[in-house]
Amino acid sequence: MILLETKGLTANYGQFRALFGVDVTLAAGETVAIIGANGAGKSTLLRSVTGILRNDTGMVLHRGEPIGAMPAETVMQRGIAMVPEGRKLFPSLSVEENLKIGGQVRKAVGPWTLEAVYDLFPILREKRNVPGTALSGGQQQMVAIGRALMSNPEILLCDEISLGLAPVVIRDIYAAMPRIKASGAAIIVVEQDIGRALSVADRVYCMMEGRVTLSAPAATVSREAIHTAYFGDAA
Amino acid sequence: MTHHVVTRTRTGTIAGIAAVALMVLGLVLPAFASRALIQDLFTILTLLTLAQLWNLLAGYGGLVSVGQQAFVGIGAYAMFAGVILWGIDPVLAIPLGGLAALVLAVPTAFFAFRLQGAYFAIGTWVIAEVTRLLVAQWKALGGGTGTSLPREATSDIIGVEAIRALFGLREAAARDVLAYWLALALAALTIAAIYWLLRNRLGLALAAVRDNTEAAKSVGVDARRIKWAVFLIAAFVTGLTGALIYVQTARISPDAAFSVTDWTAYVIFIVVIGGIGRIEGPIIGVIVFYILQSTLADFGAWYLLTLGVIAISVMLFAPRGLWGLLSARTGLHLFPVQRRLITAGPDHGPSMTKGEKEP
Amino acid sequence: MIWIDTIVQGILLGGLYALFAAGLSLVFGIMRLVNLAHGDMIIFAAFAILLITGSVGLNPFLAALIAAPLMFGLGWALQRFVLNRVLGKDILPPLLVTFGLSVALQNGLLEAFSADSQRIPAGPLESASVDLGIVTVGWMPLLTFATAIAVIIGLNQIFYRTALGRAFRATSDDPVTASLMGIAPKGIFAIATGLAMVVVTIAALYLGMRANFDPSIGPARLIYAFEAVIIGGLGSLWGTLAGGIIIGVAQTMGAAINPEWQILAGHIAFLIVLLIRPRGLFPRAVD
Repeated sequence: MILLETKGLTANYGQFRALFGVDVTLAAGETVAIIGANGAGKSTLLRSVTGILRNDTGMVLHRGEPIGAMPAETVMQRGIAMVPEGRKLFPSLSVEENLKIGGQVRKAVGPWTLEAVYDLFPILREKRNVPGTALSGGQQQMVAIGRALMSNPEILLCDEISLGLAPVVIRDIYAAMPRIKASGAAIIVVEQDIGRALSVADRVYCMMEGRVTLSAPAATVSREAIHTAYFGDAA
Repeated sequence: MTHHVVTRTRTGTIAGIAAVALMVLGLVLPAFASRALIQDLFTILTLLTLAQLWNLLAGYGGLVSVGQQAFVGIGAYAMFAGVILWGIDPVLAIPLGGLAALVLAVPTAFFAFRLQGAYFAIGTWVIAEVTRLLVAQWKALGGGTGTSLPREATSDIIGVEAIRALFGLREAAARDVLAYWLALALAALTIAAIYWLLRNRLGLALAAVRDNTEAAKSVGVDARRIKWAVFLIAAFVTGLTGALIYVQTARISPDAAFSVTDWTAYVIFIVVIGGIGRIEGPIIGVIVFYILQSTLADFGAWYLLTLGVIAISVMLFAPRGLWGLLSARTGLHLFPVQRRLITAGPDHGPSMTKGEKEP
Repeated sequence: MIWIDTIVQGILLGGLYALFAAGLSLVFGIMRLVNLAHGDMIIFAAFAILLITGSVGLNPFLAALIAAPLMFGLGWALQRFVLNRVLGKDILPPLLVTFGLSVALQNGLLEAFSADSQRIPAGPLESASVDLGIVTVGWMPLLTFATAIAVIIGLNQIFYRTALGRAFRATSDDPVTASLMGIAPKGIFAIATGLAMVVVTIAALYLGMRANFDPSIGPARLIYAFEAVIIGGLGSLWGTLAGGIIIGVAQTMGAAINPEWQILAGHIAFLIVLLIRPRGLFPRAVD
């Protein structure tokens, strides 16, 4: 079943057009990777889906219903949670409060509770009373992921979760992905780290200059195809 | 291809000619206007001057002061001090008002600039209150109850005798004419000076500071110095205006001279209703204000209630004010201060308009 | 002896100023909005309480209990339908709207209730006092001070112990990310202004029982509230109480020297603190 779908999605920042008719789909239970260079439009795509960037009705569908004109809080309450680029923890809130706030508005029944998140990232249990922004970058990313999981989302959107982190930290975070997948959420992973993205994804989209240039199953896609889609024919 | 940065517009030139014509009309008006009209125009012109200054502060400088009554009041009291304590002619004592306001503006800016954003507004208000309370302790000028200009000082004000002779008026009416002429000159000079400032380097610097203080710093605009300069200029002229207003009134009290309603609330409403951040705004605003005042003045508190509600509605539905609405619909710019880049191909040359500034 | 009495009276007066300030501080802390009509809203609430006590013959405390939810509703609606529309990067529109509101409220009250001084009747409580050995203090100032402490504790409990308080702090930090948590920032702002109006009602109750009031005195209460907030340091409610106390003590000491200096002494204390500690006595570590 298709959970989420964009149809000819366009997006603008003032005069500047960032997306040109993007079509992507996400089915229940699957993990989709969206890869592409800086400025390809990946984050803009997620911002459009979550409602931070509003767009015309009919361009973004959740379970067949148009959600493009809905404000971000309404989209979230439908079960679409976001791990934003740059973590964006609340500095005034402790680690535990950051986690709790993720699940306080949408109270869906599901596998994710405070305890389950602490089991997923045990270091957070130790630091539960520390201000969120006092943690290392990797630990902050764990809080941001845990915070999104706390609402037991149907769809989890992860924006550049490896950005700015050391490889060993990225490995730890990606080690949690299979357990998140197993809990039943459909996931979109936006990444510049192609290897990491392909390791968790069922399907992959590649974007360039605001357009989808490749759509393929993650298991069979060739390096050449990705290279062409990533850098264009000239490269 | 050639580029020219211009600020001049066709309507701007026409407006300039119209302004000169208006000035001439304004000068000869006392020959046939009634005394009541002259008094009304005096009020309008002084409010217009205060509104232009507040607009320079808030609309162009981003400094929302709710304490401009401090400068009106101190200017008026300095003039009174000059007349009563040192026997200076009231008209010649007006510059004392400007100087006193300038002196008061230094500590005011020193304190208020320590407060960020919106708190700046209340900070200026506190200073105005402190000044009012201190002036109320000044027993030589009547303390809390105030005082009047002595009869012998108002009876031989410089120039009044000549006006009496010229128009065949009684002394009190001649004094009104003199005050009116001074108000006309002050308003015209203020508008001209602000227009000139905005078209020159200060205009660019203010725009840069208002839009983005950090970016302004990076291109070498010292936001702090610009804000100080604007604040001091506005205070000086506000002080002059305050002194002039009380030359005409001839009676002063701390509550009246430091009234937040008369010298700040009215002024803010005039600017907001007319259009903030445009020289045309206060002009339109003062006309609307005058019409409202003449139709609603009999309704007492209803009048101010209505003004408040109108100001709120304007901020909600037309934040650029009446002039903003008009200008958006017609493209009119009477006081063009915006810089527009004119690009002309080499074959037809820079024919569109004369270049004001070469890039 | 007289000085101890003066200082104690000043400290208790500070409680009233802290009550004036708490609502202002709350709204500023959450949405960076300075409400120039705050003082007039206190006076508005005082008239509301007076009207309820007068028409129904209720005890003023019960009247305030009825007025509080009404004020919450008014604050909520004001934020929802007016102030939310002008909140943004530019501080000018909300300032001018609240300034317009201040003038409109003052004159609306003047039209409705005239310029006459009013007082909320508090019965025997008005003159009752208690002997504390060194000084004798009125029950009313004592009750005001205790209420100020209770309000601050209550607000801190809401802020740091409830889901609503978490949403307040998160929205204050970053409204966009808060919306990704399913929180509607504009809804949170409306609740915050509503809550501030409940505090305003409590402040109005004591203002009206302790002294005479009329429609014109709102701006002066705004200024005291503002001074208390700045002295305390933005974002700290206990700091706001300290700020209120400093102004209160300065005022009673000024008045003890010369009755005409009461208000002036409070302002000057504020300017001295601003000179020495521009960020207030207890500034928040992260701003």
